[in-house]
Amino acid sequence: MYRYDQYDQRIVDERVAQYRDQTRRYLAGELSDDEFRPLRLQNGLYIQRQAPMLRVAIPYGLLASRQLRKLAEIARKFDRGYAHFSTRQNIQYNWPRLEDTPDILAELASVEMHAIQTSGNCIRNITTDQFAGVAPDEVVDPRALAEILRQWSTFHPEFAALPRKFKIAVNGAQSDRAVVRVHDIGLEFLRNEAGELVVKVWVGGGLGRTPIIGQVIHDALPWQHVITYCEAILRVYNRYGRRDNAYKARIKILVKALGIEAFKHQVEEEWAFSKDGPGTLTQAELDRVSAYFVPHAYDKLADCDPDFNEKAATHPAFAAWLKRCTHPHKVPGYRAVTLSLKKTGIAPGDATADQMDIVANLADQYSFGELRVSHEQNLILADVKLSALFDLWQTARAAGLATPNIGLLTDIICCPGGDFCSLANAKSIPIAQAIQERFDNLDFLFDLGDIELNISGCMNSCGHHHVGHIGILGVDKDGSEWYQISLGGSQGNETTLASVIGRAFAAADVPDVISKIIDVYVEQREGDEPFIDVVRRLGLDPFKARVYGAPATAKKELANV
Amino acid sequence: MSNLIKNGAIVADTWTLVPYPAIDETVQKQAGKVVQFKVTGTEAASPELIAQVQIPAGQVIVPLTVFRARKDELAPRIAAGEIGVWLESFELVEDLVASIDDINTLPLIAYDFPKFVDGRGFSAATLLRTRYGYKNELRAIGDVLRDKLYFMKRCGFDAYQIRADRSAEDALASLRDFSEPYQGAVDEPLPVWRRHARA
Ligand code: HEM
Ligand code: SF4
Repeated sequence: MYRYDQYDQRIVDERVAQYRDQTRRYLAGELSDDEFRPLRLQNGLYIQRQAPMLRVAIPYGLLASRQLRKLAEIARKFDRGYAHFSTRQNIQYNWPRLEDTPDILAELASVEMHAIQTSGNCIRNITTDQFAGVAPDEVVDPRALAEILRQWSTFHPEFAALPRKFKIAVNGAQSDRAVVRVHDIGLEFLRNEAGELVVKVWVGGGLGRTPIIGQVIHDALPWQHVITYCEAILRVYNRYGRRDNAYKARIKILVKALGIEAFKHQVEEEWAFSKDGPGTLTQAELDRVSAYFVPHAYDKLADCDPDFNEKAATHPAFAAWLKRCTHPHKVPGYRAVTLSLKKTGIAPGDATADQMDIVANLADQYSFGELRVSHEQNLILADVKLSALFDLWQTARAAGLATPNIGLLTDIICCPGGDFCSLANAKSIPIAQAIQERFDNLDFLFDLGDIELNISGCMNSCGHHHVGHIGILGVDKDGSEWYQISLGGSQGNETTLASVIGRAFAAADVPDVISKIIDVYVEQREGDEPFIDVVRRLGLDPFKARVYGAPATAKKELANV
Repeated sequence: MSNLIKNGAIVADTWTLVPYPAIDETVQKQAGKVVQFKVTGTEAASPELIAQVQIPAGQVIVPLTVFRARKDELAPRIAAGEIGVWLESFELVEDLVASIDDINTLPLIAYDFPKFVDGRGFSAATLLRTRYGYKNELRAIGDVLRDKLYFMKRCGFDAYQIRADRSAEDALASLRDFSEPYQGAVDEPLPVWRRHARA
């Protein structure tokens, strides 16, 4: 993975010094709350219900074991012994003291990490596919370009105070696991007919209050121009994006207002000036950064291991875990492993310091000392030999990291919600837990197959409820907490936005409602038809009828009897 | 004591900033004029308001609207080099460029940051310095605080009117917050990987 050189290190060190002084001035009363806010935000520090919340960047989700150990150490020393992995491949601490945050950043800098631009109205952490570099369907490993973009976006002076936050996701695989279509800019790397690396550029996607799927602004941009092209998009946005209303300030609103053609026209006019300028990437620079992402020194193995086959045949629990938590790998004899952070009773995405240490050890022992964070809020060991899976599983299981539910109904994406977040309308973690408790029968879950259930505590949609097969949104009705259910969302190559099924429910009713929805699916599916396909085939009506009872006319007839 | 930083030092200000006269909101409404509405929701100055602006003697920085509407009246003073222009954050540098033959006949352009979080000036300055070749003083005015100075400098500002309640002395240090930026900008057009051989 990428290693800092003197330039990278100096920038994070200078940032620590700068932030330490800003915090000092704030605590000394030299900076007002309003003045400190944008400063701390650009450093990932929110002031939340319980305490400040510090968000630390995990660029494109990639971590070294020594970095994870440092994150564990910080959780113990400055927090309450745990932290939360977020849907944007970051990690959040919920209980640090403001006074300690400069020291935390200094600790992070010692392992080539930072919290730069993890919030605030600037270019945020760049996210990608958690299986980058190992996925069999990968066309281009997007990590070198993601790192180049990380450096370019870090303290970009022209885009230091955008109308609103700006999220870029990159993908290099056939199947889009980075949800590029719901990002401000989505970059999909592919090869054209001549075999050259080009970029399909999506713009104006986003969730939040006004969910919008991004549109293609360029379908085959030669990769050398990716930075100047992004700069042109950002300049148009910085100048013309709305600044009078925070809810209308994302680039998606500008793109929608102008129309993609007019927006593209402006971007192209702008780009004409910078195209081929010094921001243009060179093969030498791509090669330099790519050298950090060369494939590991894999052993030459057969894609089958008799001892492994025997273990899988004789240990049903192991077999179940293999089915849900391991994924194909480019290299024969290797698998990628997802360690589930979705154990029932634990807030989705939370990991204790001890678990982090265990995962760091597993990474050292079995996966070249590296791991990844997925936007589904799980941890991934990307390069494990078949022959090591059984031992790894046993250790992971003992640590509560081997719940075989990846992609299943209980692998819930969930935001911090009302327990932690001051913007929340409703709690989200207890809802996730109630659903996990209701569906605790693994055989049944297996039988249901792939179902994505996403929960957000308010319209800001941190829990991606718009793109969940089942989405749950916390809403506020007369000061109490209610939940709106939607169906039919999906992420990936066929990204769709979910539709609300009807009026909202009280927290206690949510598991029943989900049960009813699942019942309809089980009754209606044909063969092993997946949940989302049944929803698409049938539409919302049968689900509505089950959840809200028979339509009004039928009810009347009954009442007349 | 002056709160103006110019070319890396605190200097006396020889210029007078000419604001719009404070107007009574209701008066403006009664005038019933159609006003230009920007996407940002900011109302542009009305012709009456522009006409009312009093321009004192000496080196003055006038609003862009005044500069454009009263060009003939100002012509001798422009020729004498005693007229600078300031822009509001929603105004476009293109409008200034279009209203003058040679942008470098202006000794000073100032750009207003109405709020610390309004970053349009970064793009405006970048355009003035690169696309339009402006070489003279480019001054940041308004909510100008030390923590944005480094970014302003990188985008081509060379003068900063630090907000009156803050120390310009302290702010000076911030111009050096970072020593080797990653990306190219106005002050250093090359990205770090073009400036140095990296490992
Ligand atoms: C607890 C503190 C948090 C606060 C105050 C917060 C605030 C917000 C706000 C205001 C938005 C809407 C922005 C907009 O649409 O303009 C948003 C969106 C989002 N947040 Fe959070 N958030 C928090 C935690 C999280 C966490 C823990 C995650 C990951 C699990 C997360 C991931 C996201 C994502 C993915 C969006 C997507 C919407 C989009 O970009 O279109 N946030 N957040
Ligand atoms: S969705 Fe709402 S409640 Fe949940 S973390 Fe985001 S802002 Fe907070």
